[in-house]
Amino acid sequence: MSARRLRLPPGAGASFILFVIFLAAWEWGPGLLGIPTYIIPSLSEVAREAVRMWHLNHVLMHTGVTAGEVIAGFVLGSLLGAFIGYLLGMSPATEVALSPYILALQIAPKVAFAPLFILWMGFSVYPKILVAVLIVFFPVMVNVLTAIRTIDPDLINLARSFTATRAQIFWKIEFPASLPPLFAGLRIGSTLAVVGVVVGEFVGGNLGLGFLLTFGEGQANTPMVFVAIVLLTLIGSFAYLAVVLAERRVLHYLPAREHRL
Amino acid sequence: MARATRLEYRNVTMRFADAAGRGVTAVAGVSLAVADGEVVALIGPSGCGKSTLLNIGAGLNAASEGAAFIDGEKVEGPNAHVAFMLQKDLLLPWRTVAENVTLGAEIQGQGREQRRRRASELLDGFGLGEFANHYPHQLSGGMRQRAALARTLAVDPSVLLLDEPFSAVDAQTRMVLQRDLARTLTRAGKTALLITHELTEAVTLSDRVLVMSARPGRIVDEMTIDLPQRDDPLARRRDPRVNDYVARLMDRLHIGEGALEADGAGGGP
Repeated sequence: MSARRLRLPPGAGASFILFVIFLAAWEWGPGLLGIPTYIIPSLSEVAREAVRMWHLNHVLMHTGVTAGEVIAGFVLGSLLGAFIGYLLGMSPATEVALSPYILALQIAPKVAFAPLFILWMGFSVYPKILVAVLIVFFPVMVNVLTAIRTIDPDLINLARSFTATRAQIFWKIEFPASLPPLFAGLRIGSTLAVVGVVVGEFVGGNLGLGFLLTFGEGQANTPMVFVAIVLLTLIGSFAYLAVVLAERRVLHYLPAREHRL
Repeated sequence: MARATRLEYRNVTMRFADAAGRGVTAVAGVSLAVADGEVVALIGPSGCGKSTLLNIGAGLNAASEGAAFIDGEKVEGPNAHVAFMLQKDLLLPWRTVAENVTLGAEIQGQGREQRRRRASELLDGFGLGEFANHYPHQLSGGMRQRAALARTLAVDPSVLLLDEPFSAVDAQTRMVLQRDLARTLTRAGKTALLITHELTEAVTLSDRVLVMSARPGRIVDEMTIDLPQRDDPLARRRDPRVNDYVARLMDRLHIGEGALEADGAGGGP
């Protein structure tokens, strides 16, 4: 549709003003309220720290490592979640057989597996990716599974009455029908992937923004913690934005009001 | 009737288990025959197994006993001779109207160019030509139902099974859609079994009306509609004889006698 035309929705101006107010409050608020800088450093101090880290701490490299782990974990977790979701959705018997285990794994806090994965795989990027895979897997799988299970049986019957094969039913009905919920799962997954990776980096290794966070904490360097948090938020935002843009392309047929950030 | 039989149900019985696991007989020993080019309406209380019959005819379910036959051939599964249409339009939201219309043809492996031509032909015929590249949500309910009818016809079936096709649209749109359907059926010489709960629709659209009993459904009555202009239900509607037929159907369905049966006599002892 008219994605090219950049028209600001109502409220965009207010949103921008809020952003300016937030930055101003960050810069001058702590000083006015007498909050010491090791609790909340001002915006300019955090910026100064960011510049210092740029020169001394290889912050770009750490950001790149974390971003790479997030992308890898998100992509693998989504693929795996979607695949298992379709598989279980199309085979109710398999779903019944596996559902208690899947439920148990879903309830288990995935980040708690991080130390275990470090023990298994050492201080490499793999345990971090694996935590992200595990954490992204569930929302994607559950959404796909629910989508397949809640398809109107009359739609399937319609395709069947046209003598559709099982594969045709999947590709022409089930798969496209599952895309809106799949994308809803991907949106959640894109933000959770960052959580998984950071926890993995907390637990072991000397790479990534999660490591910088704990490093800054150890030195009581509050501005450094803030810089890491901001960069992590940026990575998560880009991942989320990428999903939203892909969604707009794929689900272009939906009425415009159903597209919201 | 000298015309050959197109669609036939021979002694069809359907049983299945209800939610509580008890055996329920939906239809019992139903036999009926629809001749080539004939339109037969099937009416009866809700839950009498009309839709069950339709699913058996379309080959979606196998009967417990007996079977449906198309041109004397037993229906063993979904086949290209039969197409069905439901109250729901079942248009796929991710396909344009034209792509929806050709869904069946696409599944059956028709070439792209041939499909495109067939779609524009049908859509033009139903006054939907300019909406070919719209998505279903951009259409009104009546237009959507018309697109569903076009989709049913696009596979060129010899038998149409219609399950309350217009009961979800408003009364005026319904009359127009009924006329479109009647014209199309007559012009193409299609055979149709029309399930409906609306007596006037049954009388104005069909050559013959079959009356089913409450569950377990059996055919309890049959009425030949001896009126001209089956291709124009709007004209038929103005014919005072339609009221006589409707009155007779009301009598046979015992409408207005005694209390309303709860849920069309679902699960009594």
